[in-house]
Amino acid sequence: MTTHALQTEITADAKVPLVRIVREFDAPRHKVFRAHTDPELVVRWLGPRRLEMRIETWDCRTGGSYRYLHGSDGVEHAFRGCFHEVREPDLIVQTFTYEGFPDGVALERLTLEDLGNGRTRLVATSLVDSFEGRDAFLASGVEVGVREGYERLDELLAE
Amino acid sequence: MAADPLSRVFAALADPTRRDIVARLSEGDATLTELAEPYDVSVQAISKHLQVLQDAGLVSRTREAQRRPAHLEAKVFDMATRWLERYRLRAEERYQRLDDVLRDLSDEGEDASSARPSTTK
Repeated sequence: MTTHALQTEITADAKVPLVRIVREFDAPRHKVFRAHTDPELVVRWLGPRRLEMRIETWDCRTGGSYRYLHGSDGVEHAFRGCFHEVREPDLIVQTFTYEGFPDGVALERLTLEDLGNGRTRLVATSLVDSFEGRDAFLASGVEVGVREGYERLDELLAE
Repeated sequence: MAADPLSRVFAALADPTRRDIVARLSEGDATLTELAEPYDVSVQAISKHLQVLQDAGLVSRTREAQRRPAHLEAKVFDMATRWLERYRLRAEERYQRLDDVLRDLSDEGEDASSARPSTTK
C-alpha cells in the first residue's frame, strides 16, 4: 500500500486559455503509456462509467484519429479528435472536440515522466481556442446549475 | 489584461502575494497599512496588488472615515475556485479509474513487449 499522496493538481493559466493537470501514478511509465494507447484499456477508465463508454475508433498513432461516445440519461455525447503526435515512451499530442460544439477545439499535450521506483508523473495541458471555450471546457460534464452559477458570477462582478 | 471575468480572477490569484492577501482577508477586513505590514515590499506595491484584486471583483474597499478597509468578496472567490475544483475532481475520478486499470495490469503479469496501438472498428 502506497504512502504517496495520489492527488490530481490543476492550474488555470491566467494569460492564455490553458488548463494544466499533474498526477502521479504508482506504475511504471510504459504501463501508463499503454493505458492511453490501447483502446481495450482506455475504455475502462476514460469515460465516467465503463458501461456507458463506447469507443468507435481509437487509432493512437501519429496521424490517427479517435472517436468515442458516452451516454448519460439515455443521451449519447460524442467526442473526437486527431492524434497529432504519438511518441513512445512519453508524448501524446492530440486535438479534442465535443461534437455538440464542433467549432470549439482544444489542443492537448500529455507527457509522462519516469520518476523511478516504478512511479510516473503525468502532465496534461489543454489549450482551448478561446476563453469562452476554456470556460465551457471546464464546465463540460457538469450540470446546468453550474452554468447558471457562472452567469451569476458575471452579475456579481458587474455589481 | 484578460477581458473576461473568470480570467481576471485567475490572473489575480496567479500571484502568491495576492493569494496571501486574499487568505488574510478571508479572516476579516484589513486596511492597506495592516495588509502591507508583514511583506518586504513597499506599501505602494501592496496597493497595486489590492487594485488588481479590486479590478477582478475579489476585493472591495469599504468607506470607513479615512481607513477604507479592504473586504473580501467571498462569493466571487468561491465561485471561481469552485469551477476549477469541479474539473479537478472529475479528473481525479478518471485517474482513480486509471489507477485500478494499472493495478490490474500488474496482477495479470503482463508480457515484456509493450502492446501495439490498435485500431478498433
